[in-house]
Amino acid sequence: MSQKDYYGMDTLAVHAGASPDPATGARATPIYLSTSFVFHDSDQAAALFNMERSGHVYSRLSNPTVSVLEERIAALERGVGAIATASGQAALHLAIATIAGAGSHIVASRALYGGSHNLLHYTLRRFGIDTTFVDPRDGAAWRDALRPNTRLLFGETLGNPGLDVMDIAAVAEVAHRHKVPLLVDSTFTTPYLIRPFEHGADLVYHSATKFLCGHGTVLGGLVVDSGRFDWDASGKFPELSEPYEGFHSMVFTEESTVAAFLLRARREGLRDFGACMSPMNAFQILQGVETLSLRMARHVENARHVADFLEGHELVSKVAYPDLASHPDHALAQRLLPRGCGAVFSVDLKVDRLGGRRFVESLEIFSHLANVGDARSLVIHPASTTHFRMDAAALQEAGIGEGTLRLSIGLEDAADLVADLKRALKRAAS
Amino acid sequence: MKFSVRGNEVYAYTGGRPLAEGQPLLVLIHGAQHDHSVWGLQSRYLAHHGCSVLALDLPGHGKSAGMPLDSIEQMADWLCAAVPAACAASGLAQVPATFVAGHSMGSLIALEATGLLPHWLKAVGLVATAVPMRVSEALLEAARTDEDRAFDMINFWSSAGINHHPGTPGPGFSTYVQNRRLMERQQPGLLHTDFCACNAYSAGLERAKSLSVPVLFLLAGRDQMTPPKAAAKAIAAARAAGADVSVVEVERSGHNIMAEHPEETLAGLFNWLGRLSATMTDTAD
Repeated sequence: MSQKDYYGMDTLAVHAGASPDPATGARATPIYLSTSFVFHDSDQAAALFNMERSGHVYSRLSNPTVSVLEERIAALERGVGAIATASGQAALHLAIATIAGAGSHIVASRALYGGSHNLLHYTLRRFGIDTTFVDPRDGAAWRDALRPNTRLLFGETLGNPGLDVMDIAAVAEVAHRHKVPLLVDSTFTTPYLIRPFEHGADLVYHSATKFLCGHGTVLGGLVVDSGRFDWDASGKFPELSEPYEGFHSMVFTEESTVAAFLLRARREGLRDFGACMSPMNAFQILQGVETLSLRMARHVENARHVADFLEGHELVSKVAYPDLASHPDHALAQRLLPRGCGAVFSVDLKVDRLGGRRFVESLEIFSHLANVGDARSLVIHPASTTHFRMDAAALQEAGIGEGTLRLSIGLEDAADLVADLKRALKRAAS
Repeated sequence: MKFSVRGNEVYAYTGGRPLAEGQPLLVLIHGAQHDHSVWGLQSRYLAHHGCSVLALDLPGHGKSAGMPLDSIEQMADWLCAAVPAACAASGLAQVPATFVAGHSMGSLIALEATGLLPHWLKAVGLVATAVPMRVSEALLEAARTDEDRAFDMINFWSSAGINHHPGTPGPGFSTYVQNRRLMERQQPGLLHTDFCACNAYSAGLERAKSLSVPVLFLLAGRDQMTPPKAAAKAIAAARAAGADVSVVEVERSGHNIMAEHPEETLAGLFNWLGRLSATMTDTAD
């Protein structure tokens, strides 16, 4: 979609989906903290339940504040629509559960956020959905893992923990040859750094808890549909192309040529699983989205500054940040992510587990916690937290060292962040 | 539903209910580079409120097979074959009293169909229409040589702004991006064929001058593709012909009126149909 024939990203980030409140004239989007909405009459009620008219019924299905966020993110991603969920994990589950069931198979990158790996490797397997994990850089591995019952390919724009850059177009081609969609987690990148649909992805989801919200205040997720995948032509998704008894025998691809996925996700997934977003959270995330460009530019600028400093430090053996020439995906990152590679990266210190712990506990500005994408700089030491039960050998197997740290660079003054790291490195080495 | 017209399979959305005896039939015709889904909310509501609905995919559009037709006259002729075929395929003994409403290019097809005098045609609705419907050289050229560019131009000119509430087909959807994707979904070269047909159609005012059935002009106040003033001559001609003329203007809408202002569009259609047919039920307020 050509920018010159549409609104720019910053305009959309502030305005898309929102109008002055028709009841009060309020310019900011009000928080419609109401479980339910009064019907005009019985006929309108029936029409809303039967999808004959558009409107709000009950906040598990839709809510005026939440829908502003959904329409705004859809506009920013250039998707036909979006569904906001209680968390990023809920968004991933909703995306999968809408088109996969017992007997389905998924091919996923093995460079995934731990929570996503848990869902695919353990939980969904219990419900009959099997996943094969592949090296995201190995195109042949994606192809070789396909099965007749494969229903989805899935990866992250920037993988965990090594910030592997996903060649979205290459993986999308594999998916589309097999007539299945590609789902991409774009949490670390946001629409400011990349719009995965422009590279061939079909579905995108975000943990809005991170950079979209940007202030470490609320949880949320969003799943967005490009509207490009032809579910009818694929022939592999009767959930969308055949009558669904659970909703008036509706055939979603007949109701909407381009938005069938989201219709089913809302009419079934939100209705039955119920992992909807609170309007209060949607309001907070909207505040973050309004300044997305400004914040992401600063996040990236600070991250580059910090990564450069760390790469040159004698106590650092490796900085896994694709913006650096030393990263194996640097060339791909330059092509796909010209505005930068986000603000989360890992760093390996030449210290043992105790040294890593000393480093984290010596930091003053960086906060030691399990999150990323906050205005504040954050750090976590996997060997003493998320992976504390593993010995050195097991850590190595997982691609993590005793001195590995994950940093999320915030919006503070870069010089202060470097000074904080310098102090902590000195103490870690002592 | 699927049925056959002149050897080609045709798809029509019926709003979730089959065509039924004893109630009027509303035929909905999409515009250039579109399909039945542009009528999503209106068709579903009307099908559940006393009307049989047939939202057609024209040949070569959406799920209908066959080559796209080159002229509005051919499309109207095809329409007059498709309606009886759909009724027969649905087991109806005869074609019921039928109202035909078309959007943009579809409005020209509806208008032209009045000249073919099918006995079942009782009224026509012209939604976001212009008579004649000239297409700029720049847009025709873009449609011929750079469809993506043409889609962007059309989509921007078809929209009245960033925000439309409630969304279509429900909250959380982008009407703007949906329209872009729907255009992308059609076969290559179709846009130029459709636009040439619109541009070349010159009989519209003559048809308006001889209208003998009721006509609704449902116009969008902020339409940059077919601005309301471009329908003025046809409105005057229809009035001069003594036709029963209704004019409804949705002030804040762009060309993409069924998606941007679904409630007002539905009310415009429903109230008009209700006035013409005693079997419509309830009200679309």
